[in-house]
Amino acid sequence: MSVKTLTINGELISARAGDTILQAAKDNGIYIPTLCHLEGLSDIGACRMCMVEVEGINKLLSACVTEVAEGMVVATNTEKLKEYRRMNMELIFAEGNHTCAVCVANSNCELQDTAVAVGMEHTRFSYRFPDRGVDLSHPQFGIDRNRCILCTRCVRVCDEIEGAHVWDIANRGEEAEIVSGLNQPWGEVDACTACGKCVNACPTGAISYKGSSVAVMQRDRGRIPFLAAAREKQQWTR
Amino acid sequence: MSEKITIEPVTRIAGHGKISIFLDDRQQVEDAKFHVTEYRGFEKFCEGRPLAKMAGVIGHVCGICPVSHILSTAKAIEKIQGITIPDPAKKLRRLLNLAQIIQSHSLSFFYLCSPDLLLGWDTPPENRNLFNVIKSDHRDLAVGGIKLRQLGQEITELVAGRKVNPPGIIPGGIKSPLSRENRDKIGDRIPESLNYAQKTLDTFKSLLDSHSKEVNIFGNFPSLFMGLLGEDDTWEHYEGKIRVIDTQGNIIVDSFSEDNYQDFIGETVEPGTYLKFPYYKPQGYPEGNYRVGPLARLNLCEKIGTPRADRELLEYRDRAGTRYVTSSFYFHYARLIEIVACLEKIQKLLEDPEIISENTRIKVAKGKIDRLNAVGVSEAPRGILFHDYQTDAESKVKKLNLLIATGQNVLSMNKTIAQIAREYIDGPEIPETILNRIEAGIRIFDPCLGCSTHAMGQMPLHVRLCDRNGKIVKEIWRD
Repeated sequence: MSVKTLTINGELISARAGDTILQAAKDNGIYIPTLCHLEGLSDIGACRMCMVEVEGINKLLSACVTEVAEGMVVATNTEKLKEYRRMNMELIFAEGNHTCAVCVANSNCELQDTAVAVGMEHTRFSYRFPDRGVDLSHPQFGIDRNRCILCTRCVRVCDEIEGAHVWDIANRGEEAEIVSGLNQPWGEVDACTACGKCVNACPTGAISYKGSSVAVMQRDRGRIPFLAAAREKQQWTR
Repeated sequence: MSEKITIEPVTRIAGHGKISIFLDDRQQVEDAKFHVTEYRGFEKFCEGRPLAKMAGVIGHVCGICPVSHILSTAKAIEKIQGITIPDPAKKLRRLLNLAQIIQSHSLSFFYLCSPDLLLGWDTPPENRNLFNVIKSDHRDLAVGGIKLRQLGQEITELVAGRKVNPPGIIPGGIKSPLSRENRDKIGDRIPESLNYAQKTLDTFKSLLDSHSKEVNIFGNFPSLFMGLLGEDDTWEHYEGKIRVIDTQGNIIVDSFSEDNYQDFIGETVEPGTYLKFPYYKPQGYPEGNYRVGPLARLNLCEKIGTPRADRELLEYRDRAGTRYVTSSFYFHYARLIEIVACLEKIQKLLEDPEIISENTRIKVAKGKIDRLNAVGVSEAPRGILFHDYQTDAESKVKKLNLLIATGQNVLSMNKTIAQIAREYIDGPEIPETILNRIEAGIRIFDPCLGCSTHAMGQMPLHVRLCDRNGKIVKEIWRD
């Protein structure tokens, strides 16, 4: 296994070749905020929360999809990054209907936690209040698209782990939304095995157990990484 | 984001409103109306939301009486899902509602109304507030009021997790049981609180004699009364039969099911206000005017069911000189008796071993639906509260109608301020101190505009004098 040596925040660290900056940082106890990343799934760099600065490169890079390289000099926590992350978070909040006070995921929410972590107190942008649907046609689960941040963790977990590929993104731009079974009501999608992996993968209150009330949604956050590791390393006990 | 900081409510009501007074050709008061001119649209934006989550949403309609709202909604959802909650959960819910009545009544009496009663109507406006009551000879009373409100809020927190919008009341019961330690914590404070409440009652009674004019003109008129009643016609606040009586005590309708409320209660709208005007349907509008809340509850019940409150109830009727009290000024008195009643009832509930039972909720099968519509009812501090839910087969809210106590009292509020205005106003010149008396006519109903109209924004109370043609003769602002 070849090893790459790089600097993150002035600290010299070593990482496996092929690791992402995010992985290398994590292995060395350096926190980089993420939303669309979920251990065990492929990374797509969608949410832009893990942006880092790399010396010699003019633009910001997503740590989750950028591989480490020998001699790389990375900064994860500069003033510029802090400002961009906070603004990014504000845009995410302004774009959907993220009303924590009446959300199932309140106090168990990655979006909420990350907002706190990046120091977002309010949004300087006006809320758009989009009119998005709620689908409760599935007997066990429900999706409230008002809370969705289009991280596609549900899309990826269903495709890569469960192999059912129920979820996709339909439409473009501000009309983009998560759909099941090529845009059928979730309850009518034969491909859905009702495994609940998307429920555990969802970082916000978008996908939840049916019947859950405000702030009661608890997720098994370790389940997806466990399944991925189990498959890869043949370790079937937790 | 506005930079201006406004401290509200300036006018000591829970919300923002305005009053119009109409003069006839002889410059005498013909009519008066209370308006609320802002709109929140709570019922509308709940459409399409998952029913199961409504218990967590609905409390946000009001920061003062969220418990009653959550109770009404939880009861409606439970009917739709066809579930019955365990007895200990019912007892905890009763405890919560009683606590809320205490805190809400304390807010109304001590914080909002006591400056008028204890400091006098003609005290300069800048001095008519709780702080000056604390500075006055009535310090102990004001402090007791603050402590009573604190007790109500803390019980809510201990039983249901938070003082405002408590998350612990859920369809299926109460989220987590009450611990022995928290039960004792509440219990320890009851005797002291009863003393505060009793002292206030005694003070109020001594004030009654010097307020005989107010008793006569502050909304003193016949009307119907509506509310919940328990077994043997006992005072009730959580579940029971709904009864309507008239001023003579004749039972107009008894035990109607809340699900059929629309057969008995009509709602209409008037220009110039976002309040809806509910009325007793068989008598038509506006003849079917009915009052709800403390005054109605004490008129409806034969007894309260606790010794001290029952004694006070007898004296109350004695002082009013009638079994069925018609003066809205007695709302204050009724509120104070209800505080005593709630404290005694809480004491009784805490003695029940079931109150700390672990069996406080039943799990509901996911997405279970028994029927598509249901009405939940409870007695909020201000009066009977109906939540009417219609859902679709996926259990999303299709339609929601909230029938709020303040709305149900609005016809009476209009009558009250007209009565007061007629007494005090002679021509277009309004003496400054009269403004406060007219406002006080609204205050006795303790209106809570947040949930009844879903008001928002900043609008201080103002009085408008109009002539026959609706032309504004004079306006007085209080801001």
